[in-house]
Amino acid sequence: MRLIACLLAALLCFLPALSRAEGLAAQIVADNRAQIEKPSRQTIGPVIAAIAGSGDAMADDILSAWADKRLVIRKADGALLIATPEGPGLALMGLDGTPAGTATRAEVTELKPNAGVRGLIASALVQFTLTDPDPARRAEALSSIARDPSAETLAPLRAAITTETDPDLKAQKERLERFLTLRFDPDPTARVAAIESLGADIALDTRAALNPLLATTRMVVAGNVPPNIARPLIPGRDITEDEAYALLVGAGLAPARLSPEDQRAALVTHLSGGMVGGIALADLNSQAARDRAYTALEAAGTVPTAATDDEARAAVAAHRFVDAYVEQDRAVTDAAAAALARIDRKVALMQAADLGLDALSLAAIYFLAAIGLAITFGVMGVINMAHGEFITMGAYTGFVVQLFVPDYTLSILIALPLAFAITFGAGVAMERLVIRHLYKRPLETLLATFGISIALQQILKNVFGTQARPLTAPGWLDGALTFNDVVSISYIRIAIFVLAVIFLLFFLWLMKRTRLGLEVRAVTQNPTMAASMGINPDRINMLTFGLGSGIAGIAGVAIGLYAKVTSEMGADYIVQSFMTVVVGGVGNVWGTLAGATMIGSLQKLIEFLNPSNTLAAQTYMILFIILFIQFRPRGIIALRGRAAGD
Amino acid sequence: MTALLEVSGVSVTFDGFRAINNLSFNIGPAELRAIIGPNGAGKTTFMDIVTGKTRPDTGTVTFGERSVSLLSMNEAQIAREGIGRKFQRPTVFEDQTVEANLILALKAPRSPWRVLLWKPGPADHARVRELARDVGLADHLHRKSGELSHGQKQWLEIAMLLAQEPRLLLVDEPAAGMTPAEREQTTALLVSLAKTRAVVVVEHDMDFVRRLNCKVTVLHEGAVLAEGSLDHVTRDPQVISVYLGRG
Amino acid sequence: MTRSFLARNPSVLIFIGLLAVFTLCVTLMSEAFGAGVISTSFVKTLGKTLCLCLVALAMDLIWGYAGILSLGHMAFFALGGYMIGMWLMYARTEEIVVAALSQGGLPATPEEITQGIATQIFGVVGSSDLPVIWSFAHSLPLQLLMALAVPGVLALIFGWLAFRSRVTGVYLSILTQAMTLALALYLFQNDSGLRGNNGLSGLQNLPGLADTSQDLVSIWFFWASALALALGYLTLNWVVSGKFGSVIRAIRDDEARVRFLGYPVEVYKLFLFTLTALIAALAGVLYYPQAGIINPAELAPIASIYLAVWVAIGGRGRLYGAVIGAAFVSLMSSVFTSGRLPDITLGPVRLNWVDWWLVILGLTFVAVTLFAPKGIGGLFDRLRHIAPPDRKGAPLGPDDGAFQEQEAQR
Repeated sequence: MRLIACLLAALLCFLPALSRAEGLAAQIVADNRAQIEKPSRQTIGPVIAAIAGSGDAMADDILSAWADKRLVIRKADGALLIATPEGPGLALMGLDGTPAGTATRAEVTELKPNAGVRGLIASALVQFTLTDPDPARRAEALSSIARDPSAETLAPLRAAITTETDPDLKAQKERLERFLTLRFDPDPTARVAAIESLGADIALDTRAALNPLLATTRMVVAGNVPPNIARPLIPGRDITEDEAYALLVGAGLAPARLSPEDQRAALVTHLSGGMVGGIALADLNSQAARDRAYTALEAAGTVPTAATDDEARAAVAAHRFVDAYVEQDRAVTDAAAAALARIDRKVALMQAADLGLDALSLAAIYFLAAIGLAITFGVMGVINMAHGEFITMGAYTGFVVQLFVPDYTLSILIALPLAFAITFGAGVAMERLVIRHLYKRPLETLLATFGISIALQQILKNVFGTQARPLTAPGWLDGALTFNDVVSISYIRIAIFVLAVIFLLFFLWLMKRTRLGLEVRAVTQNPTMAASMGINPDRINMLTFGLGSGIAGIAGVAIGLYAKVTSEMGADYIVQSFMTVVVGGVGNVWGTLAGATMIGSLQKLIEFLNPSNTLAAQTYMILFIILFIQFRPRGIIALRGRAAGD
Repeated sequence: MTALLEVSGVSVTFDGFRAINNLSFNIGPAELRAIIGPNGAGKTTFMDIVTGKTRPDTGTVTFGERSVSLLSMNEAQIAREGIGRKFQRPTVFEDQTVEANLILALKAPRSPWRVLLWKPGPADHARVRELARDVGLADHLHRKSGELSHGQKQWLEIAMLLAQEPRLLLVDEPAAGMTPAEREQTTALLVSLAKTRAVVVVEHDMDFVRRLNCKVTVLHEGAVLAEGSLDHVTRDPQVISVYLGRG
Repeated sequence: MTRSFLARNPSVLIFIGLLAVFTLCVTLMSEAFGAGVISTSFVKTLGKTLCLCLVALAMDLIWGYAGILSLGHMAFFALGGYMIGMWLMYARTEEIVVAALSQGGLPATPEEITQGIATQIFGVVGSSDLPVIWSFAHSLPLQLLMALAVPGVLALIFGWLAFRSRVTGVYLSILTQAMTLALALYLFQNDSGLRGNNGLSGLQNLPGLADTSQDLVSIWFFWASALALALGYLTLNWVVSGKFGSVIRAIRDDEARVRFLGYPVEVYKLFLFTLTALIAALAGVLYYPQAGIINPAELAPIASIYLAVWVAIGGRGRLYGAVIGAAFVSLMSSVFTSGRLPDITLGPVRLNWVDWWLVILGLTFVAVTLFAPKGIGGLFDRLRHIAPPDRKGAPLGPDDGAFQEQEAQR
């Protein structure tokens, strides 16, 4: 019977199915009725293949119905029919497609193929969906195969490539065929060829396809040596002695070790008259005494023998432990390992590129946050501890603007200058009211601005509450610019980067090309001399401070677009900004840029090396900066010689 | 006579500007020397190098009988070695009394532990009174030094230098801001000091230099242009052209 | 010599006398020994305040006298607290674990006890191993040594790095702030070995004294804190009154000049930085058993800045000023943030003291910096009719920490 089916299936596979095939599927079903009613995963394969290969238009429906448990036997006459739920009952249809009336659920018996069989059917169905006239269904079939690749889908997939008309889908099919080939093709040469054809493709799915080939199991070599050993394991170096012993126990080659809890329980059980194994209860307060007591019990045969440490060590020493590939073919694993190594190298390069992009965008943020601070520090020698609160004010300005202007693009365009204006005003007010009176007393200024900082932060908290407020970016900034599976950067970060570049250029222009810049540089270098040349240092200081604060406001809007807007937001950036200024050197836009780049790259690099722990990353970064100061106390770009004022 | 301070082949550059250019200079253990030169000649930088404030790019600076190199020492070590410096502007600790200023300067151990346990003995008090009397501040011992006049501060600073008992004194424009009478007094003091130790005076005022009546070194563009008596150097045509000739 | 020292510094006798009277009054009014007018929790607050006064003294020495604005001393304070907290928590847990294990039929082995303690203490951070840094936690003397050694060595290393590269002024302040932040962030991690942001808790329960009431314990700690403050005041007064004090004030006003006098300025700074760190650590050791809990938030940079605020409000450059500032501001803080003061209604706006206290503190601080650089201590000058010297001219020194003409006139 099976032979017939096989022959039939083989025959039909080679013969193009024509209209003659009509009814053939029903015929095959009828021929193999017994098997179909009680299918087994081992034997049903040829039958399913025969139906699928019959060329009959009904084959698809029959198989789908079977897999969906909609193939039913009418109890009245034993006819095999396809059922479709219709209202409370079922609509029936013959296997040749002719309607066969309706029935209640009680009048039929469903065929319930087990999961294995359903899997076989689904694979067989794949060939129908792969050649479905609807491209969307074909794409869906491809992604379902990619999600759950299996050996059975390889042949239908190969068959479906030549007939594919859509070039995109064809490329996808070819790519998937490579992945399936390298895993499931019976011919090792074909598999190696498939692996090698991938080159150094860094896509995630390539890596996902290659990785299973290199799956290993950790085992103890007992009797047969596994054919494809990934690497030998030396206990104490590659695996701990305990792990090795656990492998031995798992393989049944050694008795389980006695856990302290079990030992304790055993001793308590055999406690009698204040003694266990000849040792007084009060003396059992050390592990050595307990071991002695247990050994005495073992000798008496009252407890099962357990491995002692020495025995365990000896057992471990007497065996070999290996990581063995699940994949048996050495050529395949070697090729896969080589391919993955190639890919890893390329991925590492790409990751470096991605890291570079991340670092650049972080540097842009630090630059925006720190440039205002650097200017005020450079020109006036004043550290503004309230700088962080100005950043927060900028972000809240954006939030308030969005309350009134619902259009996000417009609201951001309004918020940027408004934030600048508000923080500029706040900065000028602060300079006039407080800082002006504290010139030449930098430590007092630091503390006074800190007083303003705690007051401002608390006021913002009282007004806006403690919960995070949204500052929504316009829709066109959603998403990310993706180069490949490794390198991508979000549009918001690009926008912030562009903003930082604009400000860099603005400052270069301001300092080098304008009268104000000239006066600012004069005051920075020698305030007394500048004053005697007719420059009003008071006005310069006021404007500089306003400018520095205004940029903090703009930085606040930018940061608010991707970070949470809370009253403590600015404080999170203030220390990094200080570090940027300290590392970069004072009184120079390029210094701030260098500082921001360095801090940003360093933070990303440390986060990359220790990805699980951003807190530790910050710790290490600060430690690095403290050490950096040892070598360049005045920052990367420092004024030297007489101009430095020492 | 071996030199107390020996500076040889020293050069220092600030951002491409050669402040000191292959300068060599010697002074004996009991000698008065005046250094003159136009602005930017490197007079202050020279003092900075000797006192350890500025590190030269090349050259050697050695001090004392054992010719110890000053280049590997910091300011404090050089000061303890016996080099005192008086700044152009009087720098005394204005928040503290004249007595406290002098006690700070007295030759005594300088390390924190020793200072913490140090108590002024009768000899120390006597020395402080003596120094104050020498510079005319005996009645002001318990006044805050910030309250003193400019000239009194100059004198206090000189007294502090004496309290340090240095073997080499570097004095930067001592006559600046002094009355003629005070100048007279200063001249006498410097001349008498130079009997027991080396004194280097940097000065602009030619009258003052003439009154010191000592060997003169002329600096120009970071190097020694001429050396000798004042009359000798003022006759030197090079000196006249770069320095005196300008006026 | 001591007699003449006290004779020369009558303020020390006055201070210690006042402190003794205060301690006696609190003892007599406490629940343990007297009328019970002062609740135990308030006794603890007062004891903690005395510890804060002690660390403020240290801050005044380093900032007010030597001109080094360290924004890291509360980190040393908290480190001292962590070290003593480790012993308190270990010893207390040990008692509990031994009691629990003795229920099991067999006497406990040392391994079981250690394991039990580790599981108890580190269960919250998902670990059951005792970190290496807890190696000495079983012993009070060793751990007390650690309480001084750890902050001391940290201060020594950090100070050496910072001072040898001649970092001064605002730069140094920011660097100390960064150090504090780094330490806080490190401790916030769960695998720091100090229970991450859970911190150490239950520190008010003294091991072996489970039956002693907190009323009594609080008074003991209050006495210890008062004694430590008195000794600290005495020591620091001795330090600043002699030539050493003269040197460090000179360093504050003109560090370069001090160098040319032959004093190794960096060594002095390092000495002071480490000494004050040790005092801060000692204050922390006494503070945290009274507070009962310590977590990494305690060493956030802001805590150290508040310390500077206390000293500034009290009046820097005089030791009693630091004590007054710390006591005044920290007690005011606990009053205003207690939530027991009635709200103020101004038209439609309700002002809640808890919400607005920080605003008031911040602005007060700005006002003090601007208008009363001598702080509360300046009032004493007026009471004693000390005419400030009439000085004109340039700032008192070229350095950032130097007293300036303006404040000298006030």
